Amino acid sequence: MSALAAVGSVPQQHLASPAAIAVRELVHRYDNRTALNGVTFDVRPAELFGLLGPNGSGKTTMFRILSTLMVPVGGRAFILGHDAARDPSQLRREIGIVFQSQSIDVKLTATENLRHQGHLYGLRGKDLSARIESVLERVGLADRAKEKAENFSGGMQRRLELAKGLLHGPRVLLLDEPTTGLDPGARRDVWQYLRLLRDQDQVTVLVTTHLMEEAERCDRLAILNEGKLVALGTPTELKREIGGDVIVLDVKEPESLSSRIQTKFDMDVRVVGGQIRLERDHGHRFVSDLFEAFPGEIDAVSIAKPSLEDVFIRRTGHRFWSEQEQHGLTTETRRQEKH
Amino acid sequence: MKLTSIMSSIVVPRITNHKDELLLPALTLWWREIVRFYRQRTRVVGVIASPVLFWLVIGSGFGSSFRSGAGDQHYLDYFYPGALIMIVLFTSIFTMMSVIEDRKEGFLLSVLVAPVSRSAIVLGKVLGGTTLSTIQGLIFLVFAPLVGVHIGFGSYALVAITVFLVSFALTALGFAIAWPMDSTSAFHAIINLFLIPLWLLSGALFPLSGASPWLRLVMQINPLTYGVEALRQLLYPATGGTLFESMATLVLFSLFMFGLAFLMANRRTTKPAA
Repeated sequence: MSALAAVGSVPQQHLASPAAIAVRELVHRYDNRTALNGVTFDVRPAELFGLLGPNGSGKTTMFRILSTLMVPVGGRAFILGHDAARDPSQLRREIGIVFQSQSIDVKLTATENLRHQGHLYGLRGKDLSARIESVLERVGLADRAKEKAENFSGGMQRRLELAKGLLHGPRVLLLDEPTTGLDPGARRDVWQYLRLLRDQDQVTVLVTTHLMEEAERCDRLAILNEGKLVALGTPTELKREIGGDVIVLDVKEPESLSSRIQTKFDMDVRVVGGQIRLERDHGHRFVSDLFEAFPGEIDAVSIAKPSLEDVFIRRTGHRFWSEQEQHGLTTETRRQEKH
Repeated sequence: MKLTSIMSSIVVPRITNHKDELLLPALTLWWREIVRFYRQRTRVVGVIASPVLFWLVIGSGFGSSFRSGAGDQHYLDYFYPGALIMIVLFTSIFTMMSVIEDRKEGFLLSVLVAPVSRSAIVLGKVLGGTTLSTIQGLIFLVFAPLVGVHIGFGSYALVAITVFLVSFALTALGFAIAWPMDSTSAFHAIINLFLIPLWLLSGALFPLSGASPWLRLVMQINPLTYGVEALRQLLYPATGGTLFESMATLVLFSLFMFGLAFLMANRRTTKPAA
């Protein structure tokens, strides 16, 4: 993969294109590991855009490049027409960033944190004070303004992070897994703020997530796997490409049965993680055909409307969480995943 | 929870003024450094109490065993400028541990993605540390009359300037060391390996004149020697020497260290910043 060739082939007209964020043939490597392998997508203005992918899919790398923390090895990334690698200082003014890790100083009060942040963005005086007041109001922390952040709950600290990212009134907001470690109520709040920003203030929001349930809430999605873009579209569009229902069978001999199903019904059958998966309209009727055709061979069956995970499996041939990860998941992630 | 929209009423300011990119951010980073320090009481107590203890224990202990090279001066008196430099050394270097903490906690990330020049980050952090260690150093000067120091106001001002220069140089050095590090234990290792010997060989504990030739060479190229030297000349004018040379060396040392810190912070890489 020639990074230089990729840069050269980037057409120049996108500089004037209406995309809020334009990613072109982005390539990045850490030593020998390729983290991003030629990713291209656009984010439209005032869109709530999701970057979905399992751990190690490259979404954190993408986030670091977009937030100007890191220079990509190849390809280019533009936000509001500014090149993230070549014109970082102009770009930094225009974007707000909320990191996954805590970036507030817990030894400072909420107001002090925001005042510090404001000064970094060249804001000062009455203007800054007014902004701090209104942004705290907005994230529901106005009554705790004078308290040190170390006394805040996880949800409140996240809201303060959000306030920090919004203080300078950015037109593009980037968030890296913004709901990590939050309880369901606090997570709903965060998403409510994001929608509000999009609807009332026409802010373009890009959010990374590894949670299917959060990805469902985005206007459009880019799904990453092993550094490559495997799907791009609205959640509905993506799920629509799956014909009908998704049927999953638990059987004793998945390989042999899957080939027999394939021959008999002339359809695509996959074996994923020891289970047979197939897509079919009117799944409930087809299931009874299956039971009649292969009596006694099927232990269990499930029929469901297509989910984003089904889209992921269809595009990559494997599950969203690898088997190892599934066992290694913390109870918290597991709990979050179910929502 | 009441949700009100404010963003629509806010106009994003176009900042073209470079002053705002350097001074205001540097000032706010400096301010945070000070506030954080004084909100951690144990740090305040430790930084003031430990050098005083060190000075009294070592000074008294050595004092009864050795006579200092400078005639009939008591060792506690001889050791006083060295103890002052030690306070400055420890405070300066340790305040820059906050660089590593900021990086680990994630605070530094939000500074790195702000429209702030790297020199503002270096300047703010280094001046923050410098302020703290200069203050600690000057607090220790309260003991000066006890060790037979009787100098005028002008000399005290020069002492303050010397303390500031040494603080600035060492804080910048601390910044340069801390910037690429991701663990405080590695930072401690560096301090033990290089900085304590640097202090030991600065004329703080024993004078240059009594050392063996190769040790004397090391002491002569050690910038801290000139800090100790300048302080000794200012506090005990009778010892004589070349004050101007020492001060000039300190200024060069400060500039060099700041340049080093600036270079470290300006590396924009394809590696993750945190």
